[in-house]
Amino acid sequence: MRRAPIKPSIPEHSNDPPVEVALTVNGQDVRRTVSVRMLLSDFLRHELGLTGTHVGCEHGVCGCCTVHIDGKAGRSCLTLAVQANGCHIRTIEDVAAEDGALHPIQRAFKECHALQCGFCTPGMVMNILSRFEEREPLDLSENGIRDILSGNLCRCTGYINIIAAVRRAAELLGRD
Amino acid sequence: MKPPLFAYHAPKTVDEAIRFLASDADAMVLAGGQSLVPAMNFRVANPSILVDIQHVEGLKGIVVENGTIVIKAMTRHRELELDSEVRSANPLIAEIMQHVAHVPIRNRGTVVGSLCHADPSAEMPLLFVLLDGTLVAQGPNGTRHIQAAKFFESFLTTTRKQDEIVVEVRLPVLPTGAGWAFDEVTRRHGDYALVGVGCVVQLDGSGSAHGVRLAACGISDRPVRLNAAEAALNGTSLAADDLDVAARASLDAVTQSDDMNTSISYRRRLLGTLIRRLVQTASLRAKARSRQ
Repeated sequence: MRRAPIKPSIPEHSNDPPVEVALTVNGQDVRRTVSVRMLLSDFLRHELGLTGTHVGCEHGVCGCCTVHIDGKAGRSCLTLAVQANGCHIRTIEDVAAEDGALHPIQRAFKECHALQCGFCTPGMVMNILSRFEEREPLDLSENGIRDILSGNLCRCTGYINIIAAVRRAAELLGRD
Repeated sequence: MKPPLFAYHAPKTVDEAIRFLASDADAMVLAGGQSLVPAMNFRVANPSILVDIQHVEGLKGIVVENGTIVIKAMTRHRELELDSEVRSANPLIAEIMQHVAHVPIRNRGTVVGSLCHADPSAEMPLLFVLLDGTLVAQGPNGTRHIQAAKFFESFLTTTRKQDEIVVEVRLPVLPTGAGWAFDEVTRRHGDYALVGVGCVVQLDGSGSAHGVRLAACGISDRPVRLNAAEAALNGTSLAADDLDVAARASLDAVTQSDDMNTSISYRRRLLGTLIRRLVQTASLRAKARSRQ
């Protein structure tokens, strides 16, 4: 018996209406023509190859896709790429120094063993970083840190070490 | 988990936005997208046209004047939460905001978007029903002012017409000397409320309550003003017995039937507990303010 050959049925061209998106990502001007329904998370990963931004739930619950949109943490899976037109986007790839030296938050995660598989870590770091960069006073009590982390899910370590890492990062950044 | 296809428009003026909206019965407004985009990712929402209003002139900012807080359509939750003028004019707002999802969502989601989404367990609709807020809707036939009590019709349904854009909303400042409180019970912090209760209390010189306001979310197909409980508390000294009477008077307001989260009887118990607790907190704050 001869089986029908396996062949992909993925169309080569999208029939979606295209839209031009121009924005700044990690300090670089970027211009792409993409589908109008492309999510910012997919734009960063598939168009720009910035795969540090992870995609977990795609409905805003897990926090893995958190990036900075005009300086504030936001879910890239709940933002259309076209909505980010003209915005400044910052991703986890921009957090460590160019020579690879870790940012104090990343150092704190390493020191405190705040990651195991690391899937949630980019979103965690971007969210925490945004709160440290805000001018608002930060509540760095146990409950306050839990509140900061409440929009990010980790399924490996539990949160004890991540809480410790936020506390350590606050020390390293002189934010006690 | 990817949104269905739509046509996208990013107009610069309200008139242009209304024209796009009126051009098709399935056209929808996109503001912060924190409710609409997940609904689209789930394919629960399938708009034909998205009218992105973020570039529309005149839809940004918060103004506090003449006892009114005016919040424009593109104001994000977090902006309202952190606005120092709003904090002193109406501290209840910042307290409620702590319960709206998480900061990264509040950074993007808009107050007006949450009102138009009209989830019956959401906090913003409750806030507007509690304080008698007003929504200003602009459509092809002009502008109309809608009282919050007449805006929320049912689950995810409002009296906004499909071709209208809510361009701004208005909340009163807190009356001088009034105490306030909000709290909710959720499965996890940041989730939609099983039950949430907001409360405003005013006390006269002898400690007798007047102008009591109570509203709840999560108990019906829309946010509910608890008129019977308010009536039970006005004119009393808010003693434990009075709170019990108010809690009992509120039971009929719970109509949300058993669901995967909890039962109607548990919601009733939560509502009573929250009323007792929050009226006490609001009353303590009113006393503290009167001593200032």
